[in-house]
Amino acid sequence: MKLESKIPEGPLAEKWARQKFALKLVNPANKRKYDIIVVGTGLAGASAAASLAELGYNVKAFCFQDSPRRAHSIAAQGGINAAKNYQNDGDSVFRLFYDTIKGGDYRAREGNVHRLAEVSVNIIDQCVAQGVPFAREYGGTLANRSFGGAQVSRTFYARGQTGQQLLLGAYSALSRQVANGKVKLYPRTEMLDLVVQDGKARGIVTRNLITGKIESHSGHAVLLCTGGYGNVFYLSTNAMGSNVTAAWRAHKKGAAFANPCFTQIHPTCIPVSGHYQSKLTLMSESLRNDGRVWAPKAKEDAEKIQKGQMKPTDLAEADRDYFLERKYPAFGNLVPRDVASRNAKYVCDEGRGVSKTGLAVYLDFADAIKRDGQKTIEAKYGNLFEMYEKITGENPYELPMMIYPAVHYTMGGLWVDYNLMTSIPGLYALGEANFSDHGANRLGASALMQGLADGYFVIPYTVGDYLATIGPADKIPVDAPVFKEAEEKVTAQINQLISIKGERPVDELHKELGHIMWEYCGMSRNAEGLQIAKQKIQALKKEFWSNVKIMGGPEEMNQALEQASRVADFIELGELMVDDALNRDESCGGHFREEYQTPDGEALRDDANYAYVAAWEFQGENKPELLNKEVLEFENVKLTQRSYK
Amino acid sequence: MKINLKVWRQKSSNATGKLVEYQLDNVSEDMSFLEMFDVLNDSLTRKGEDPVTFDHDCREGICGMCSMYINGRAHGPQTGATTCQLHMRSFNDGDTIVVEPWRARAFPVIKDLMVDRTAFDRVIQSGGYVSVNTGSAPDANEILIPRSIADEAMDAAACIGCGACVAACKNASAMLFVSAKISQLAILPQGKAEHKERAERMVAQMDSEGFGACSFTGACSVECPKSISLDHIARLNREYLGAQLTTENVQG
Repeated sequence: MKLESKIPEGPLAEKWARQKFALKLVNPANKRKYDIIVVGTGLAGASAAASLAELGYNVKAFCFQDSPRRAHSIAAQGGINAAKNYQNDGDSVFRLFYDTIKGGDYRAREGNVHRLAEVSVNIIDQCVAQGVPFAREYGGTLANRSFGGAQVSRTFYARGQTGQQLLLGAYSALSRQVANGKVKLYPRTEMLDLVVQDGKARGIVTRNLITGKIESHSGHAVLLCTGGYGNVFYLSTNAMGSNVTAAWRAHKKGAAFANPCFTQIHPTCIPVSGHYQSKLTLMSESLRNDGRVWAPKAKEDAEKIQKGQMKPTDLAEADRDYFLERKYPAFGNLVPRDVASRNAKYVCDEGRGVSKTGLAVYLDFADAIKRDGQKTIEAKYGNLFEMYEKITGENPYELPMMIYPAVHYTMGGLWVDYNLMTSIPGLYALGEANFSDHGANRLGASALMQGLADGYFVIPYTVGDYLATIGPADKIPVDAPVFKEAEEKVTAQINQLISIKGERPVDELHKELGHIMWEYCGMSRNAEGLQIAKQKIQALKKEFWSNVKIMGGPEEMNQALEQASRVADFIELGELMVDDALNRDESCGGHFREEYQTPDGEALRDDANYAYVAAWEFQGENKPELLNKEVLEFENVKLTQRSYK
Repeated sequence: MKINLKVWRQKSSNATGKLVEYQLDNVSEDMSFLEMFDVLNDSLTRKGEDPVTFDHDCREGICGMCSMYINGRAHGPQTGATTCQLHMRSFNDGDTIVVEPWRARAFPVIKDLMVDRTAFDRVIQSGGYVSVNTGSAPDANEILIPRSIADEAMDAAACIGCGACVAACKNASAMLFVSAKISQLAILPQGKAEHKERAERMVAQMDSEGFGACSFTGACSVECPKSISLDHIARLNREYLGAQLTTENVQG
């Protein structure tokens, strides 16, 4: 497979402007002759569907939830970055670009990341114009806060519900286009296959989740805005329904999957409480602005706390280890997520963890409350504190919060070029579903930025170039053989799943996959463990396809069937993640291979051999995938050992 | 803990439903209410019975998908929380818990505890937006909005669209949901240009979906997981009346 990144020539700051001029346009009167399929209605999908419909294209938007407003972008808490420099504290487009490239441990494309930083300022303008109620200062200007991996305040927020407000903004724009008749919505509808003919994406096959009916939809272009695959770990901060199915089935039709092993473990989540646990809840990174992370210095004290013989508030200041402040004085509690997570793990590995399980550290607001008063802290984080209390039954104003890292975001995803097109012409991937902007680690408040950048400000330009090239006639009707074959294949797989009638519920098999992934391909990995994981996943795949138990039939609302079809894809993806992690003999960002670390335990990159994007190409069922490499070129930043000290 | 459940089972929207009893013996008080249902479904599947269908997704109280009517209350006994944020420590060992779907003509049952809330989407489509195309926005700080106004708009915008207000209302009125959006956009300068048409269109759509009338009992606000205030209904009424008096009537 030939991977052409299509990054335009010229100086970094001019690339996007040059590209916008070079891209072909579709005449306004011709736009109505094109049909675009958008799968997923989160920030990327809803913003893309709305913007394309405003331009005049006919859009069909699909989501598995009952309404586009429920997509998991809604759960993002802390904020969205933009290089507005409203605070006059030295921010700029270049600094946001630089922080993002560095934060991603130099495994992202310069051109894409710079474009992201450029359009970040337009996103804030757009959202404010839609009526998104961002936090304000008394004078009426927009407020900002700081986030990890940055030394400027560039994060815009709407209390602890920024994702919700941005998504509702995009959803309102989408709803307006539905009313205009330019978008047709398909809620409770799941994409189960991509249809490709003559090397181009032609449409999708879906299942109506209420009736079970399998249907085809034809379009000139297909946009996958289907989010990340964190649920491969079973326990994650993702919504229960978040899945990789659309991306994975496109992968099996020829779309390369890039850097699958790059997953982000978020340092501040509420720790696991029992085996029945179904998901993990994130506590926003913004809490690290005011909360101090610590663990007891002595193992003995930690043990007393674990057994409930001592309260954290009883431990003297001198007996506490504020390990992030100690190790990283310059960034302190605001080091990037991968660094914060790993250090929490080290502390717990040393036996200094707290909570009943010993798998937690403290995030303490006592100093902030003393300094600013409880009212101020309540105004900033009230809803997060409430959420914590509801889940744990403890009052975080009185006792420090307990936190532990959890899977949160996946930097890997479908490979895309500068125009967000995958390796299948006509198939695009936007937002978390693609791999392009965050390298090996994403900075906080950058996911919302990327989703909206792709949907509002990139795809409306780039998709036109492809459509103008193929022309309106280049579309295949849904009764064409290629659609019928895809429908038959999808139906056969569903019938097969139901006919297994084994002994084990889907959830149990999914949990087993999650344990394997977390144990061997989680916060830190090594070659030996990854080999074990590979065998275990292969065995699990056999077990799944011979022993899964699904009640109910195919032609009705059947949630176990939905989950089974998603877990089947997660199992295959899990194996590819392990292959990718094994291939990458270096540590970078969220990918920490124990064999490759500096003497003080930081990630040790190997730029000479691994400064590339690993794009995996499907070769057929049960065959090893083929590795393609896109070499990353850095002309504007110097690759250094990331230091936050 | 031991828990006795009476759960509404209904095969499809046209089928007749009924309450079915189940008993769970090993419920931990740290489980969320939905995790308790996961345990129930696991045991039903193992026994060869159909698991209970229910809506859920984020399980952290923000997506608005979960929707159970528990012991006669939308989202259960806790105030200011969704079903997914309700934990079993809110119940006692040996309790009997009755779980039903949202009951409203505008929210038909799809299966078991799952209902169709697309009526809410159609209400938003009728006017719950600012008509601004991508790319045509001025610099964000050109629109100055006093903090108190931004905060009030945010209070309204916090609505998660779960439908608890409708389920809690004896008339199945959607006024709290509709008013939250109308109020948010009426308070903010960005929403001013269209505020009259918005109020007329959204109220007309609400009526045509079959939601009931508002008799201002306040049950909606008490049961709202985001504690949306009744003030917004007052503002909706003012907006609607003002629109009726000063513009041409827009129907549906």
